[in-house]
Amino acid sequence: MELLYASCVGVLISCGVFLLLRARTFPVVLGLTMISYAVNLFLFSSGRLTTNKAVVLGTGADYADPLPQALVLTAIVIGFAMTAFVVILAIRGRADLGNDHVDGHLVKSKYKVRK
Amino acid sequence: MIQHLTSLPVLLPMLAAIILLLPPCGKNLFARRLASSVMAIITFVVSVLLLITVHNEGINVYAIGNWSAPFGIVLVADMLSSLLVALTSFLGVMVVLYGCAGDDEHGSFFHPLIHFLILGVNGAFLTGDLFNVFVFFEVLLIASYALLMHGGGKQKTKAALHYVILNLVGSSAFLIGLGILYGVLGTLNIADMAQKISLLTGDDVYLAKAGGLLLLVVFALKSALLPLHLWLPNTYSSAAPVVAALFAIMTKVGVYAMLRVYTVMFGEQAGELEHMAQTWLWGLAIATIVVGAIGVLAAQDLRKITANLVLVSVGTLVALVSLQNINATAALLYYLVHSTLVCAALFLLADIISIQRGKVGDRLVAGRVVKQPFLLGTLFIIAALTVIGMPPFSGFVGKIWILKTTLNSENAMVFWPAYLITSLVLIIALARAGTSLFWEGKYTGSEPNDAPNAHPLQVIAIVGLLICSVMLVVFGGAISEYTIKAATQLHDISGGINAVLKGGV
Repeated sequence: MELLYASCVGVLISCGVFLLLRARTFPVVLGLTMISYAVNLFLFSSGRLTTNKAVVLGTGADYADPLPQALVLTAIVIGFAMTAFVVILAIRGRADLGNDHVDGHLVKSKYKVRK
Repeated sequence: MIQHLTSLPVLLPMLAAIILLLPPCGKNLFARRLASSVMAIITFVVSVLLLITVHNEGINVYAIGNWSAPFGIVLVADMLSSLLVALTSFLGVMVVLYGCAGDDEHGSFFHPLIHFLILGVNGAFLTGDLFNVFVFFEVLLIASYALLMHGGGKQKTKAALHYVILNLVGSSAFLIGLGILYGVLGTLNIADMAQKISLLTGDDVYLAKAGGLLLLVVFALKSALLPLHLWLPNTYSSAAPVVAALFAIMTKVGVYAMLRVYTVMFGEQAGELEHMAQTWLWGLAIATIVVGAIGVLAAQDLRKITANLVLVSVGTLVALVSLQNINATAALLYYLVHSTLVCAALFLLADIISIQRGKVGDRLVAGRVVKQPFLLGTLFIIAALTVIGMPPFSGFVGKIWILKTTLNSENAMVFWPAYLITSLVLIIALARAGTSLFWEGKYTGSEPNDAPNAHPLQVIAIVGLLICSVMLVVFGGAISEYTIKAATQLHDISGGINAVLKGGV
């Protein structure tokens, strides 16, 4: 399980970083979302991966750590708000700047485009 | 009431922002301005009360919901954080006053957002829990994202895109760092973490080191330390000046977080991880000072100059963080207060100058002369002398103190030349700026300057910020005593741990 979990986080992060480097707002937003999913998974695992353990009920001595779950919950809420904001900002940027590049202008191609 | 004092600098701005969103303040401009100013002043008064209380009675720990640390979330007001909270609230009052002169009409929700930003900054200073530092960072960031767009325009959209995306990546890195540290230490309360770091053994030490250094990257991004500083000049110079003035405190939040994490958590008693960030911070800080000075020299308008001055001040502050001794921290606090206030004043001044110069704005080219040359010129020369560090203003005291504390450190051979040459560069750059802004005017006698005079509130805000710089000199003895006490309290790590873990209201 650890291997699967770790690779999952790793793949999500690397896809996210790849998309971030595309420097177009839509892929960048997707990349940020992927990274935030990976971060949430990672945070969740910081309480150690266990199966078949009770949530804290006051009965069993053996229980899953509740704190990372609280942290993940907060992080998800904040992540949603931030993603919503960056989507709106990207739309605004597309309208204001005339294209979806994060720098506001497209990189000039070395090759002439035939019209 | 008095035992809830610690929570008020966080709760009052939130209350203020909510009041400002509700009718009648939502529609009525006058009511909104009045409510905003009154609430900002109340927040400031409460922060000063907190400062005095903490100074007299020692560290004040406020357990939210009466859940005591390390399991509950606590607010910790020590001398350091209450000083910074008072500084933030003061800056808030000045910015609100300045905004009331007419800048708040350029976009919606200026006043509520200002208060939300103050809420985030105050919270980040007061919280004793690393995860809540993250939460309050996000609160202040989302307010700053919206404030950055205040007034609208292409340039702002572009700067905001970069700023938001960079900060979102930074937040992800922050969470990963927190996750690693929580996985290793099993706690997120700063005092509790400081206690447990020294007990780490084996591989956990390296994990904690990785987590701690990842946090360093995040704080370096927030405070604009060298390789991660590129967003700052553009963002600050394209934001509305009144917003940029308030942003002057935001880089200091990163410096404050460094101070907490690398002086308290990874400080003297952290065992193997003692002072782990020191070497990184020292080199990068000096490089930041140098690059900031080059930026000041290269800048084409006053706002960019000021943005780069913020960079220079960040470099100086981080260099002092890395020294990790009481005297350096005390000098840091003095310099932090001084540089925040004077940079804010310069941003506001640049705004008035650019309005009165018409089309050329604050660019350093010959253009229409300003309408009130005597008033603005006097304010500019005071601000410039302060920020360069010439006598008789606070920059000079700060600079002497900084040079004195770095004298005995092993790297003084690098720091002194870098810092002094930088000061020379700043003199040249600001003298040039003042010359072209005030002297290289085209006197066109035929057309009268129809620009508006500076609004009295605008003048009050700038003078208020600059008066503080004079106050920092006049009451220099008392203030330096306070900062030395605050630094001693910060470096007394076991005392701090005891206060947080055993205290609680």
